[in-house]
Amino acid sequence: MLSRVAENLYWLARYVERAEDTARLISVNSNLLLDMPGKAALSWSTLIDITGSGEVFDTLFEERNERNVVDFLCLSREHDSSILSSLANARENLRTTRDVVPREIWEEVNRCYLEISEQTQSGMKPRQRDGFLKSVTRACQTLTGLIEGTLSHTEARTFLSLGRHLERADMTTRIIDVRSGNLLPRNPEELIPFEHLQWMSVLKSLTAYQMYRQNVRLRVRGPDVLRFLLQNRALPRSVLRSLDEVSWELQSLPNHDRPLAVAALVRAEVAEADVQSLARAPDQLHQLIDEFQIGFNNLHEAIAGAYFAVSERPVKSSQSQEQTTLDHDDDD
Amino acid sequence: MANVDWTHYSNQHFYDELLSTNGIPREAAKPLCDILASFTSKELDERKIAAEVAIRTMGITFTVYSEGSTIDRAWPFDIVPRIIPAKEWRVVEAGLKQRVDALNLFIDDLYHDQQVVKDGVLPGEVLAQSVNFRPQCMGIDPPHGVWAHICGSDLVRDSDGTLYVLEDNLRVPSGVSYMLENRNVTKRVLPELFETGRILPVDDYPAQLYDMLASMSPRPSDEPQIVVLTPGIYNSAYYEHAYLAQQMGVELVQGSDLIVDDDDIVHMHTVDGLKRVDVIYRRVDDLFLDPEAFHPDSLLGTPGLMRAWRSGKVALANAPGAGVADDKVVYAFVPKLIKYYLDQEPTIPNVPSYLCMLDEDRRYVLDHLDELVVKPANESGGYGMLIGPRATEQERREFARRIEADPRNYMAQPTLALSTAPTLFDGAPEPRHVDLRPFILSGPETHVTMGGLTRVALVKDSLVVNSSQGGGSKDTWIVETEGE
Repeated sequence: MLSRVAENLYWLARYVERAEDTARLISVNSNLLLDMPGKAALSWSTLIDITGSGEVFDTLFEERNERNVVDFLCLSREHDSSILSSLANARENLRTTRDVVPREIWEEVNRCYLEISEQTQSGMKPRQRDGFLKSVTRACQTLTGLIEGTLSHTEARTFLSLGRHLERADMTTRIIDVRSGNLLPRNPEELIPFEHLQWMSVLKSLTAYQMYRQNVRLRVRGPDVLRFLLQNRALPRSVLRSLDEVSWELQSLPNHDRPLAVAALVRAEVAEADVQSLARAPDQLHQLIDEFQIGFNNLHEAIAGAYFAVSERPVKSSQSQEQTTLDHDDDD
Repeated sequence: MANVDWTHYSNQHFYDELLSTNGIPREAAKPLCDILASFTSKELDERKIAAEVAIRTMGITFTVYSEGSTIDRAWPFDIVPRIIPAKEWRVVEAGLKQRVDALNLFIDDLYHDQQVVKDGVLPGEVLAQSVNFRPQCMGIDPPHGVWAHICGSDLVRDSDGTLYVLEDNLRVPSGVSYMLENRNVTKRVLPELFETGRILPVDDYPAQLYDMLASMSPRPSDEPQIVVLTPGIYNSAYYEHAYLAQQMGVELVQGSDLIVDDDDIVHMHTVDGLKRVDVIYRRVDDLFLDPEAFHPDSLLGTPGLMRAWRSGKVALANAPGAGVADDKVVYAFVPKLIKYYLDQEPTIPNVPSYLCMLDEDRRYVLDHLDELVVKPANESGGYGMLIGPRATEQERREFARRIEADPRNYMAQPTLALSTAPTLFDGAPEPRHVDLRPFILSGPETHVTMGGLTRVALVKDSLVVNSSQGGGSKDTWIVETEGE
């Protein structure tokens, strides 16, 4: 498979996953907000920090209020990782490689982008937000299902899967980060009555609440939720599971030594995190999540280096051939 | 609602492809016309809508680039096929082979001894002023001695029924994917038509193209690595590039996917490292192929591609420089070239042409601008031409100035009464002008497509068939008639 095509497919999957997870990220914040007794403790500003988009945001908006933040993350064309831009980027990536996937996949990406972009023109009122976020999630899931059900198990599928799972690992840590960013319990006693509600919101935004109940069978508690979302090997959106998928996909590719090694390293960091104490120490959790994200980035670099990078000219195969070339050039 | 009544179909004084002047179907078209006459106009409209839906869902598009963004437009298609009797087609087929054989000998001669100029058949100034002649190609021997591996020649029919060659496209002719898709759409929406007679199939083309490309490989013993080289998604024919790559099962690459090493070997970047490329079906114009050899600032090409080709390490189709024969002035000499290289009379005639570079012809052209079609030598897509009878006085004056400033760049032809074919509007057939672009593959053997792409000017009385300018297309049937 051509490097360019592999790279396009990888980014297509990352952008689709990013659109879906950004929708989940906003919905976890909305839900937290509804659950909180006094709204002062919560802010929309954390979403900007967590998505690492402060610089772009500040050039576009004065104030980090609810309306601006939601607009920025959902519909802004200037913000490269907004839901709308992600879908536009996904579409552009597939447009140049649509010959390698079944036609229906292209049609779905196209339809999905057009639908969301129509919504942009009419703007979004707060009461429409939930419906909008759900429709984004559903559209992305449809696409993932289409890939799952129709695309042959070839390298095209491998690169889609790599992109999707690496992005998912990254975004799940960001979604966890919303909770820690919003709840710095300088005074934990005050918040404990609401704690399980908040963790429940996080679970629900990842469609993981029922899976959690089946798996843990106890009331929702911080350390258990954190362990479940970071380290559970069965939950499709857990960080560890996503990283396992990345490693598994890498094994079917050539020249995978370096990316596999990096993946193993990142995976170990996640697997060994001490969730028991982290759940009570949001500052440390936040710091650890930063470290994970650096790890994800290294993993991306390793994948890009092994498969996408346009390498320098290959080494000459022999001196004598070079000689004939020169002779030939002299003829002109 | 009323059925289609062919006696109401008036093709005026034009030759119609399906009906003779008094509304009676021609022999090969009779079964088709009878079936269409059994449909009500409502039923016909339903088929037309079904065709539009099929085209949308099959994603058959062409790209229009305007105001900084691209639009994929659905391919415009008319469901009434155009029919040519197999008996007539066999003559056309032989004529096209003859023509392309002569053109290939001509191009090869130009890049070697230029005997044709020395013998006074082609004036030296035509060659000297050709914008598509590439000195970089002198002395090259491409595989099988063939330069124009894929040729698309446009044919038109005049009012007396004679088919003429209007032009030869030897650079990167497009349209063959639409020829194939038109047949698929017709099969979907009018399956009963295929019971009416012996319609010869068209779908061999991708396999023939693949075999021809494979035959050019510099490493004949190995399985050749073939790629289609596209300028990218902004090209109007990108759909076709992707389609042909898919049909042949080869990679669709862009210039940046390829790299030429110091041994002049071409590789493509794959996830498994570099892979050698043997044959490139390039859909990029000569001047954008290789920034080392041509435009240094072009981003479309691959540095070193020309030296790889010159040293025979990679095959290019069409060969760089083949466009020298794709020139409306050179066109006027093709009948003489057929005589010169093959010692044969041309089977398909040229449209009579006046070359503005010749004093006598130029005087005639300037005096008869209101009767002639004037064309620049090196434009394609129907741009930059003057249709004399329809131009304003001011447009004609402006054109006269251009001709006098650069006579070599212009030629003129009488306005042909292009033939028509029934085309559906509101459930009723109306005559619209058509042309035909067959495709000729030249390798160890020469193949001509069964028919070709029929383009139709959808605007009433218009002669412009280009899809970028309001043209549509039709499925083209070569039909065996009784007693053959």
